[in-house]
Amino acid sequence: MKFTTPAGQNPIDQGKVVGKPHDRIDGKFKTTGTAPYAYERHDVVANPAYGYIVHAAIAKGRIGAMHLAEAKAAPGVITIVTAAEAGKLTKGDFNTAMLLGGPEIQHYHQAIAIVVAETFEQARAAANLVRVDYERGKGRFDLDEALKTAPLKGADSGEGSKAPPVDRVGDFEGAFAKAAVKLDARYTTPDHSHAMMEPHASLARWDGDKLTVWTSNQMIAWGKGDVAKTLGIPKENVRLISPYVGGGFGGKLFVRTDAIMAALGARAAGRPVKVALARPMMFNNTTHRPATTQRIRIGTDRSGKITAIAHESGSGDLPGGGPETAVSQTKLLYAGANRMTSMRLAVLDLPEGNAMRAPGEAPGLMALEIAMDEMAEKLGMDPIAFRIANDTQVDPEKPERRFSQRQLIKALQDGAKAFGWDKRNAKPAQVRDGKWLIGMGVAAGFRNNMNMKSGAKVSIDRKGIVTVYTDMTDIGTGSYTIIAQTAAEMMGVDMDRVVVRLGDSDSPVSSGSGGQWGANSSTAGVYAACVKLREAVAQKLGFNSGDVEFADGKVRSGNRSVALAEAAGDAGLTAEDTIDYGDLAKTYQQSTFAGHFVEVGVDMYTGEVRIRRMLAVCAAGRILNPKSARSQVIGAMTMGVGSALMEELAVDKRFGFFVNHDLAQYEVPVHADIPYQEVIFLEETDPTTSPMKAKGVGELGLCGVGAAIANAAYNATGIRIRDYPVTLDKMLDKMPPVA
Amino acid sequence: MKDSGSPEISRRGILAGGAAAVAATHVPLADAQTATRSGLKPTLAKVEMTVNGKREAMELDTRTTLLDALREHLHLIGTKKGCDHGQCGACTVMVDGKRINSCLSLAVMHQGDKITTIEGLGTPDKLHPMQAAFIKHDGYQCGYCTPGQICSAVAVIEEIRAGVPSHVTGDLNAKTPISNAEMRERMSGNICRCGAYSNILEAMTEVAETRA
Repeated sequence: MKFTTPAGQNPIDQGKVVGKPHDRIDGKFKTTGTAPYAYERHDVVANPAYGYIVHAAIAKGRIGAMHLAEAKAAPGVITIVTAAEAGKLTKGDFNTAMLLGGPEIQHYHQAIAIVVAETFEQARAAANLVRVDYERGKGRFDLDEALKTAPLKGADSGEGSKAPPVDRVGDFEGAFAKAAVKLDARYTTPDHSHAMMEPHASLARWDGDKLTVWTSNQMIAWGKGDVAKTLGIPKENVRLISPYVGGGFGGKLFVRTDAIMAALGARAAGRPVKVALARPMMFNNTTHRPATTQRIRIGTDRSGKITAIAHESGSGDLPGGGPETAVSQTKLLYAGANRMTSMRLAVLDLPEGNAMRAPGEAPGLMALEIAMDEMAEKLGMDPIAFRIANDTQVDPEKPERRFSQRQLIKALQDGAKAFGWDKRNAKPAQVRDGKWLIGMGVAAGFRNNMNMKSGAKVSIDRKGIVTVYTDMTDIGTGSYTIIAQTAAEMMGVDMDRVVVRLGDSDSPVSSGSGGQWGANSSTAGVYAACVKLREAVAQKLGFNSGDVEFADGKVRSGNRSVALAEAAGDAGLTAEDTIDYGDLAKTYQQSTFAGHFVEVGVDMYTGEVRIRRMLAVCAAGRILNPKSARSQVIGAMTMGVGSALMEELAVDKRFGFFVNHDLAQYEVPVHADIPYQEVIFLEETDPTTSPMKAKGVGELGLCGVGAAIANAAYNATGIRIRDYPVTLDKMLDKMPPVA
Repeated sequence: MKDSGSPEISRRGILAGGAAAVAATHVPLADAQTATRSGLKPTLAKVEMTVNGKREAMELDTRTTLLDALREHLHLIGTKKGCDHGQCGACTVMVDGKRINSCLSLAVMHQGDKITTIEGLGTPDKLHPMQAAFIKHDGYQCGYCTPGQICSAVAVIEEIRAGVPSHVTGDLNAKTPISNAEMRERMSGNICRCGAYSNILEAMTEVAETRA
């Protein structure tokens, strides 16, 4: 199905199932420990050997020699594979560094060998016996230093955040020079780690020249392609299976070393091999969100109208990598005739930088939305009023392009009312509750909507059970449930009559999970397949497909009514289709909007910031399942707390690695950090996005949260921190005197 | 000696240089040891424990953690390995009614113990009230930390009822309330990167109130 014109009335609009807060259909498996993840597939492979990966202990240079004799002779060891044994490997399309290093080493903890043994304990012990002589090379690890000579670089994050090297509209410099009120400030965001709870893991089995990998991956078709390319085997010979993914956040968009090393180990061992990355190796072995240094300049007239806005960002990556597109939202979020954005990319020899939840907007809004707060204060305006004054209903760079929907003002106004914003004291450091200084902060949330081509196959059996097959993944996002809701709505059956099979590359290629495109795109693909299946049912029954109604497990046309099971018959009926898109996303700017509200308490004596209340008001098209969508948003808000208050990969600039590479040292929010969180979804359907009229929401929930917290901390204390995370060491010497 | 911190002479540099030097001179020694090392067979030990009410006898490598005994030997995959060193809580199980990180405990230390895992609390067709409450309040997303969260949640409510104090307990002589602050504090060893904390607390509150 080609989606080329805005959707009219369709069966989804009935809203009998879609739009209802249905419990997750995978819930009873996940809560009872019966949902199998990649490393646990005793059900498909009885006796796999265990792989344990050896990682490079230098960041850059070469392996002089590897001494494997001792490890090979260790009890239980079956085989060891290094680059020397692996044969020719080709870097995957979605990887920046090789997934098996040697002799050249490209980053710290790059995989350099897999030891395969009969048991996990034996593999681990033997891996520790591998001795490596390194020839350490000179690496570049200091972002500030490298940015001094870094070139301008445009990029598309591939997830909706695109920006050219330099983008100019009007005359920024001239307008900024003349502006009545100005801000020129620098902000930094550190490197972040996805730190999903399930470590990257794979189980590989060869059947002749055919390879099956049970893995944990967000994008099955990309993964299938890159496994084939890396190993130099035909794509048809690779099957990826990933029905449950223990979190990804962008860290499992791409094939990682676990899949490749499991495949190489299994080939060498002549039997299936399973591998999981050890937690302390994940932070330097896998990808991360790159650190940014940003400069924002805003100029306004006396009334608070923006006349000039510029956003520049610098980040680093391995050779061949890309920039963090932190400026992209600034092209679209606020009005202003004179604009400039630019990005610089430095070459660094730190581990690979890549997409993490809301790449571009997450760190970009952490800076921009502090800048907006600072500007509002300079103008003596309420920060919400200042944002409303600079709202735009059109693409500021191309005024002929309207936003398909843009409810930012309502999100901010409704949020203000629900949160009690009128009780905020605009003057910082005025409100106390015992030893706590209390502050409120606000930020706009913004994230583009993206549509991806997405396919599905839907069948009905003789019992009337509807089964959906697609290679879509559920990474905690609720895909199983919203896909079942879509099929139930379209075929007129109850939820318990729908079975959903996900994450198998033998199924039709879907959008996959990334860039908050999964919900709208994958359900639109299921919609398309269901439309075809409805036609097949009508045709088989000799019904006029124009007036056929699917409801209550029956197909009706005029005064005729047949049970769906009967219509399917013994042979059953199956249809397959793919949703593809015309240029509606070019004609209209499709974006999602939020107002984020936060109240913090700052300990008067220690400067510690604690979250007291959080609210997000989101406008993101049709909400397919308010329960799972709300969970996506509160989860993103929680990640926003991490980015604002604690998350920072500490760079060792001499040896080139992230020092705090485990979950005790890379701190993420825990239960004690997170209070009750509230989410309000604004009524919205967007007929330009797909027949589902939905948009993404999983990343919107993160965009702007960090700045809302930093702004709240400022309101509480009068201390403006522009370098994340907002930790007490940055507050302590500036804290107001304790009376 | 100059101040430490410069790359040439930092403590780290000295250590790294030292390690390289050791590696170069150590090779023959390592080779010499090969015969001895390869002669080392894993030490096996017999252990019997009751897991979810079922008697289990195993002969295990003494290095095997309780977590790996459950996952790899008994195929009880509900108990998850998130970090394998006590930082995430995904491997939480109950031993004689008290929760522990099963990754921090060797299986052979549990001779005669009664272990309850997520599979022992309930099944898809017969859910434990806490499992049902997690589903109702959407107290999970990717599901990987979930069995550990549920085992912890069940044990936490019992801990509070038993009067075991926590960091946030105000009055050690009074009856500890099953409060939001108490539950959040005690649950903080169970990380959920999807960020379902707010919903998990709703689920726990419902169970605590129903059973109070």
